[in-house]
Amino acid sequence: MPRRSDLHKILVIGSGPIVIGQAAEFDYSGTQAARALREEGYEVVLINSNPATIMTDGEIADRTYIEPVTPEYAELVIARERPDALLPTMGGQTALNVAMELSARGVLARYGVELIGAKARAIEVAEDRQEFAAAMQRIGLKVPQGRIAHSWEEAQSIAEFTGYPAIIRPSFTLGGSGGGIAYNREEYEDIVRRGLAASPSSQVLIERSLLGWKEFELEVMRDHADNVVIVCSIENFDPMGVHTGDSITVAPAMTLTDREYQIMRDAACAVIREIGVEAGGCNIQFAVNPLDGEMIVIEMNPRVSRSSALASKATGFPIARIGAKLAIGYRLDEIPNDITKTTPASFEPVLDYVVVKCPRFAFEKFAKASPILTTQMKSVGESMAIGRTFKEALQKGLRALEIGRAGWEIGARLADDRLSDDSIESLRGALSTPTPERIFQIKRAMIAGMSLDQIHEITAIDRWFLDQLLELIEAERWFAGLTAIEPDHVRQMKRLGFSDRQLAEFRGETEAAARERRWRMGIRPVYKMVDTCAGEFPSSTPYLYSSYDVENESPRTGRKSVIILGSGPNRIGQGVEFDYMCVRAVLALREQGYETIMINSNPETVSTDYDTSDKLYFEPLTLEDVLEIVHRERPLGVIVQLGGQTPLKLTKGLGEAGVTILGTSPESIDIAEDRKRFEAIARDLGIRQPDAGTATSVEDAADAAARIGYPVLVRPSYVLGGRAMQIVYDEPSLREYFETAARVSEERPVLIDRFLEDAFEADVDAVSDGETVVIGGVMQHIEDAGIHSGDSACVLPPYRIDESDIDAMKRHTVALAKALGVVGLINVQFAVKDGIVYVLEVNPRGSRTIPFVSKAIGVPLASVAARVMLGETLEDVGFTREIVPPFVSVKEAVFPFTKFREFDPLLGPEMRSTGEVMGISDSFGSAFAKAQLSADNALPLDGTIFITVNDGDKPTVTPIARRFHEMGFHLYATDGTARYLTRRGIPTRAIRKVHEGRPNGLDLLKNGDIQLLINTPLGKHAQFDDYQLRQAAIGQRVSYTTTMSAASAACDAILSLRSRAASVRSLQEWHEMVREEGLAQEQL
Amino acid sequence: MTVAAERRQGFLLLEDGTLFHGRLVAEAAPAVAEVVFTTNMSGYQEVFTDPSYRGQIVVMTAPMIGNYGVNDEDGESGGPQVSGIVVRDMSRSYSNWRGDRDLSSWLAEAGIPVLSDVDTRQLTRHLRSSGVMRGVIGVGHAATDDARAMLDACPSMIGLDLASVVSAKTEYSWGGPTASKHIVAYDFGIKRNILRLFESEGCRVTVVPSNTPPEAVLEREPDGVFLANGPGDPAAVTYAPATIRTIAQKGIPILGICLGHQLVGLSFGASTEKLPYGHRGGNHPVRELATGKVLITSQNHGFAVSGSEQGIPGAPELEVTHINLNDGTIEGMRHRELPVFCVQYHPEAAPGPHDARPLFSEFMTALGEG
Repeated sequence: MPRRSDLHKILVIGSGPIVIGQAAEFDYSGTQAARALREEGYEVVLINSNPATIMTDGEIADRTYIEPVTPEYAELVIARERPDALLPTMGGQTALNVAMELSARGVLARYGVELIGAKARAIEVAEDRQEFAAAMQRIGLKVPQGRIAHSWEEAQSIAEFTGYPAIIRPSFTLGGSGGGIAYNREEYEDIVRRGLAASPSSQVLIERSLLGWKEFELEVMRDHADNVVIVCSIENFDPMGVHTGDSITVAPAMTLTDREYQIMRDAACAVIREIGVEAGGCNIQFAVNPLDGEMIVIEMNPRVSRSSALASKATGFPIARIGAKLAIGYRLDEIPNDITKTTPASFEPVLDYVVVKCPRFAFEKFAKASPILTTQMKSVGESMAIGRTFKEALQKGLRALEIGRAGWEIGARLADDRLSDDSIESLRGALSTPTPERIFQIKRAMIAGMSLDQIHEITAIDRWFLDQLLELIEAERWFAGLTAIEPDHVRQMKRLGFSDRQLAEFRGETEAAARERRWRMGIRPVYKMVDTCAGEFPSSTPYLYSSYDVENESPRTGRKSVIILGSGPNRIGQGVEFDYMCVRAVLALREQGYETIMINSNPETVSTDYDTSDKLYFEPLTLEDVLEIVHRERPLGVIVQLGGQTPLKLTKGLGEAGVTILGTSPESIDIAEDRKRFEAIARDLGIRQPDAGTATSVEDAADAAARIGYPVLVRPSYVLGGRAMQIVYDEPSLREYFETAARVSEERPVLIDRFLEDAFEADVDAVSDGETVVIGGVMQHIEDAGIHSGDSACVLPPYRIDESDIDAMKRHTVALAKALGVVGLINVQFAVKDGIVYVLEVNPRGSRTIPFVSKAIGVPLASVAARVMLGETLEDVGFTREIVPPFVSVKEAVFPFTKFREFDPLLGPEMRSTGEVMGISDSFGSAFAKAQLSADNALPLDGTIFITVNDGDKPTVTPIARRFHEMGFHLYATDGTARYLTRRGIPTRAIRKVHEGRPNGLDLLKNGDIQLLINTPLGKHAQFDDYQLRQAAIGQRVSYTTTMSAASAACDAILSLRSRAASVRSLQEWHEMVREEGLAQEQL
Repeated sequence: MTVAAERRQGFLLLEDGTLFHGRLVAEAAPAVAEVVFTTNMSGYQEVFTDPSYRGQIVVMTAPMIGNYGVNDEDGESGGPQVSGIVVRDMSRSYSNWRGDRDLSSWLAEAGIPVLSDVDTRQLTRHLRSSGVMRGVIGVGHAATDDARAMLDACPSMIGLDLASVVSAKTEYSWGGPTASKHIVAYDFGIKRNILRLFESEGCRVTVVPSNTPPEAVLEREPDGVFLANGPGDPAAVTYAPATIRTIAQKGIPILGICLGHQLVGLSFGASTEKLPYGHRGGNHPVRELATGKVLITSQNHGFAVSGSEQGIPGAPELEVTHINLNDGTIEGMRHRELPVFCVQYHPEAAPGPHDARPLFSEFMTALGEG
């Protein structure tokens, strides 16, 4: 059956900002879906608030709405665009929930919009725990013996039935958010109440624990003619109890006999049919009892997911793309397999390799958060690796995580593996609790002599996996004990996935020496193709992975080629923004006729889609892996400045190996990172920097801080995302910092800067061709100095900075770009205090604000930069003048505080946000309001505001409070603040502080009497009060701000929300305005 | 020490002279046979015990083999049938609640050589582009003259009647004696799962040697006759077509699978041909022409009935019911008048998906009508 001709315009909903459990994989699926629909001639309308995505780039859809992904805004878009259909399955749980709400509110019926891909009924059955259990019963499948609770009272009786541990899963939440495992009654009550609050339908499912059961997933697709295929099976290394997003997972399943696999496959086919996913994909999770094979269906997601992105990358079968084609009426057998080109998509991919996915965590950013892995997802990113064996893929996957491990190796210190000692007893204890380090603790346990059976009993990890690991240890010992190294020895070790660095360590050599010897022996990896069919059919799609095998399938084409290094696993401080830039560069260079070669290890991205670049190497981003590809490809050069710190860190090594770095030279990159050399340049240019020093001991640091004057900003050198960066107000705090947060030594110097209190900050992005520098955009931070730039909201163009200061920043940026010889992108951070402009930081590379700026000004800066790096001038590219758009764009950061509930949501110099959103409008207030809404911090239009600020902020909060009062808000404040405001004619009711008795502010918050909390830290003695308030605000989903400037912006925003109806406009229309403005300027 | 470097070197020499290096997992005599690859990702025990693989060295494209051991339940015959096995990585241990023993020792006991650590993808791509060919697994780093001599002496698969070799020499029955239906199955290399499925459909099966005369079968007045899968060249099973025609003309329902399907074709005038590299795996899409439905099927065959969706040259009485979506080859046929059905793929799976299982109940319906 051909595509449906009754549909013309299709709305695709994106997933909004990157949060834990919903990350860049939805940029991948949304982009694929939009492309797939447009190539069929449909008009595509897109809503997504996340600017750091390829899918929201102007040319991906016909109409792109960077607007809040909420039912209200989606309705506005529908009313304006009148689409025929809505595809809700590409934007994760967010899109699905919005679509369901639109359906429930009658919006879809009113505008005649058809849900395609998955009908409302199917979504309902899949998502509602009770309905799902009933559906499974109908087809004879078991579900965990669970019962639904709508209240704590109901939950109490269920616990008697399940016993402890019990699993609590809230309905309709993302990544298991709000769920957990309760081992006792106290935990049970805590988690149940949290789950009920988190679930939009106030439902939790309570199940008997299946801890220790084996966990599997199948990715399934079905067309409207009822043809079903299984795309991929995935087996979790970590058994049940750890969220699959936090597990090491393996594809295909390793330990199932065919009989068991086919039982699971039959079940999966039955599930997708019974749930009624008519044309699309789903993911089904199974638990299997390792003792008798009893199989239980855990859950089913009727949409593309993180797992489906992984499965797509693992097999070469593009689930989102095919899903979009099925949604518009095609059958699986009418769609060609993109990779082979000759066979249809109605088949099941076969793998002749093993894929391992490893999760990446960010607990170092959230010191108070529990590192214990449970059914609630906590990882922020993942690496994927492909090898010919599990052993090889696991070692590649672990080194691709970029957490300092060159493979499966123990940490340098016990603490690195979350251990205090390595006695058997302590190892047993550690192993019994899953943490990110458990995989390394297993190695220590094996080295310490624990038997495979013992480790299996404690961890329930399948013995087969454990024996695979044991083989690696045996190989290490064998290699370490060899008297002379023969080529065959090295080859055998490389085939087990050992990196040069590991081999060097076993032999007490340097990595360089180990590599040198290997090269001398002529031992190089070959590259194999991921072809969906295990070599059964010819394939010409160069999707490649390395292995120390015999035949190479990646011939050089002889074309002029460029390697673009990706950004590896997502992490806080290095997210989808960097992938965005890499993809833009690839697209631009492809268009210019270069052969583009992408290297990346992150399955959640557009860059690792096999048709983004001419050649894709799915490989870890280590020096060894990159050098091997360079050796094979002999490119014109390598682009390192778009993928964040990951490629940047390789620059030196690549340069030393004689690899051409395109754009800004390694030398310049080094100067910008080297304080002393950079200070000299800034001095020469007459650019001010805050007083600063470098210390290599605690005493040194104390001296430097005293000289500079407190408060100071301290941080280790060479860090990403402000890791361990703190503002310190006095010497005791400084000493405490070195005890708790960072170490200092000759090798690990610490940087100390004067902290410019109450300064405001700005970011400038620019692009340079070596001669000309053009400003991309100036962004004013909403938050004051001291908040990491990645965590601060910002606005473009600036709205409250003097023209002269803005000019100074632009001048400085141009001067610095020239002085550093930048070819490509540069980002400069400024602070302005008392009319003086200081340079805080210079990054001669693409910064995380590039996607936002590109969208705000309508110019893809990363594409411009890529072309410039290959020798074109800005004139050639056609970007010669700064564009100041005639509208306002606001970027707001999004935080994982609801996931790390123990953590205080205060902002600081260490970056903690996982994603960002953008609000565009013709006024600041309105743009800021949209951004807040998108960041899930919807501002109230009326009601009561609770103000509790420190003394220093009282004068600042006064005019803000006055404006709120004038708008009709009721004000509460703690005693002192209330009197202060009332004296100034702002009626404010006093309420007790938390420690002063009850009722207090916390009670008000918990009772839902507060609509907005304005709270700035009150100092140490009241820290706990503050913390509780902020926690309660998050728990009750009450809007809150923790800085004065954000409170003021919120006030502007609320004023705007009250004075005008919400409206939407597409990015294409905004950009049209930019063009018109540009033309008008030229005519002047 | 289990590191592969310490194991014994071995090789696979193909008839076109291509040499693949590997390690021999255990001591075993050299083996010479046709080298084929299968893309089944799970189910190695079923593959190795499938009589249709008789006379073949099987290359597993799935790189890790042996992970779940072998058990008493999943064999498709009394023991390993393959001549040799080539893998990328042979697991030294296994883990599965049904696992009884490890794969390596089970194969070693049966004297079947396993060449491991081979670039099986290279080998597969080679067979795909050059076609399947004979090969010899031998010991050492370089091909020996002995190995070459063995290779030269190995007959081609074309013209080889292996069905008669693997067939049961005496008849036996399967299933409860009180079952309501009785099927006589011609054993050309029958897989046990076919028998298990007939049993679960309420049938008693009498398995008879491949050369059993039709009269001996008709005498028993079976409700239906089954033509089993099996190895070798269908055209070499010269005695079968006459038998099949005789039984068919009595109006007894006949179901053929794989070799049985090819023999039905030959019986009614079709010819068979050798495919360049065969269909072996568990992911082959087959379209059921009557409904348009796509079945993901399990397959294992090197020969096929000549023809296409448009028809079967030489066999006007047969119509095509199924085709392969990858290469358009014939996957199923039926007689236009007589109750004779056959499929090239394996509805009994084992290993492979169960999409085509309803075929057994459809055959039961035909029995009811017959």
